Amino acid sequence: MRTTTVVIGAGHAGLAVSYLLSQRSIDHVVLERGEVANTWRTERWDSLRLLTPNWQTRLPGFAYDGDDPDGFMTMPEIVEHIDRYARLVDPPLHTLTTVTSVRKDGEDYEVVTDRGVWSCRSVVLATGGFNLPKVPPIAAALPTSVDSVTPIDYRRPSDLREGGVLVVGVSATGVQLADEIHRSGRPVTVSVGEHVRMPRVYRGKDIRYWFEATGLADERYDEVDDILRARTVPSPQLVGTPERLMLDLNALTDQGVRLVGRLAGIRDGKAQLSGSLHNKCTRSDLKMGRLLTTIDEWITENGLDGQFDPPHRYERTRVEKSPPLGLDLSSGEIKTVVWATGYRPDYSWLHVPVLDYKGQLRHDGGIVTDSPGMYRIGLNFLRRRKSSFIHGAEDDARDLVDHLAAYLSSRVPVASA
Amino acid sequence: MSKGEINGVDTDHLLFARGVVGDTPAAGDYTWRASNEWTRGTHSKTTIGGYFGLGEERSHKGTYEFEADHPLEFNAEDNAATPVEIVLAGLASCLTAGVAAVAENREIKLRSVKATLEADMNIGGILGSDPDVRNGFSDVRVNYEIDADDTSEADVEALVAQSQKISAVFDILTNPTNVTVGVSS
Repeated sequence: MRTTTVVIGAGHAGLAVSYLLSQRSIDHVVLERGEVANTWRTERWDSLRLLTPNWQTRLPGFAYDGDDPDGFMTMPEIVEHIDRYARLVDPPLHTLTTVTSVRKDGEDYEVVTDRGVWSCRSVVLATGGFNLPKVPPIAAALPTSVDSVTPIDYRRPSDLREGGVLVVGVSATGVQLADEIHRSGRPVTVSVGEHVRMPRVYRGKDIRYWFEATGLADERYDEVDDILRARTVPSPQLVGTPERLMLDLNALTDQGVRLVGRLAGIRDGKAQLSGSLHNKCTRSDLKMGRLLTTIDEWITENGLDGQFDPPHRYERTRVEKSPPLGLDLSSGEIKTVVWATGYRPDYSWLHVPVLDYKGQLRHDGGIVTDSPGMYRIGLNFLRRRKSSFIHGAEDDARDLVDHLAAYLSSRVPVASA
Repeated sequence: MSKGEINGVDTDHLLFARGVVGDTPAAGDYTWRASNEWTRGTHSKTTIGGYFGLGEERSHKGTYEFEADHPLEFNAEDNAATPVEIVLAGLASCLTAGVAAVAENREIKLRSVKATLEADMNIGGILGSDPDVRNGFSDVRVNYEIDADDTSEADVEALVAQSQKISAVFDILTNPTNVTVGVSS
């Protein structure tokens, strides 16, 4: 089968790309291993809601039109939202079609699926950034008496054994799971590494509003000081709840969750915890302070102080004076370890030499320069700070489809005279 | 040197001290101190003089200075050893002191004790070029060459093993420690 462009993945990003390709009349197909919005349907926990408010959940040609602009979509709601987008985009969609290999074939690409082979001039990888749990190698040293759970397997607290739970990592995932697991009566200890603290609402507006207003959300990958670092910053400690609650480490401490240092190792059934807890918390407190100052300054510079609530500063993260440096994992106190240590994309099907030594894709803002005609969308800080959020797909998709269209036209065979 | 010493370690005194600290644990509380001042670039100087121990402020016979810098390929001036190398110095000195003390206690006469140390580190961690690489050592190796009178290889090995067991710096490197860094104006 022959087409011009194959888009792999029918999540919000793949659909956004399809919408823009159709606008340019670029012949393409969208291949999807499951159904539209498959990851949201099948790989997320029950209570999860989007981190971005509804009003911000916009895609090319599609804006939120419901009656709760400040709310946060549940998983069934985001699935329904993306389904509606799919009906609007009406892509040339092949669901239940799993790509097993992408290979280079001369200047073309060969996309092998379990339902036939496609040949195309360009390929867009819209396969998500959160395919596989990123579990540190020390997990192998966990005593066999302790259950090991990743956020991709986790659905609800009641699936865990009764008893203590160690949640490793305090990104959005870590704090959300720690919160609901502790509320279920399973005492939670959280191992705190680097984290990004943030209020849900600041000066009366959602924090995502301020990222957009101040231009922070649009900061580009080629403008930041250290893009490698920017791409590996953990997701902010946010949760989307109807009450718009702030879920930082102090909120967890208030509930009785215990904070300990970063998990450095496991030896003889004992977790070794780093003595850096004070530093990790101080850093995130200072960083949040700088963010709020940026917002305050932007408001003042624009003469808008009268329009918003007054500036506010938050209590520093409370840390006990000498946090524990070890935790006995074989005593029976901890029944489960939840690895909220991040995700990574799966490229096991990508047979083009574009991966670095760690198996990550080399790309320049989503343009896979080592393999002309190949594009990637939907990674953390792909082209902008907002890239990994739903609305981040809009500008990224426009940029990448512009580039793709120019690439295709540069390859138009010259008619022989 | 008190009577009976063969390696110059006063083990009688150490055993006496152990008895005292055992009876009054608070007497064993020590606070070590160092002060450090930046020179220029990555060069700085640490001064060590006073400390707290055995219930009172005490001081060394004099003040000791340790300079540290970084090698030329770091675009530094290489005025002194690198801080991580000074960590190796601390480990070696601690283990060697332990070897001598344990030998003394076991009545082993040492003729020579030499240690070589190696520590591996990928600077991708401190440079921030690889977030998965830790800043510090990934592996530390110490090798001892010990020449002692009438001592079996197994006894020498036991000396080295025991010196690790009683070493403060070995413990510092192998186990986590809370570190708080404050700022005062």
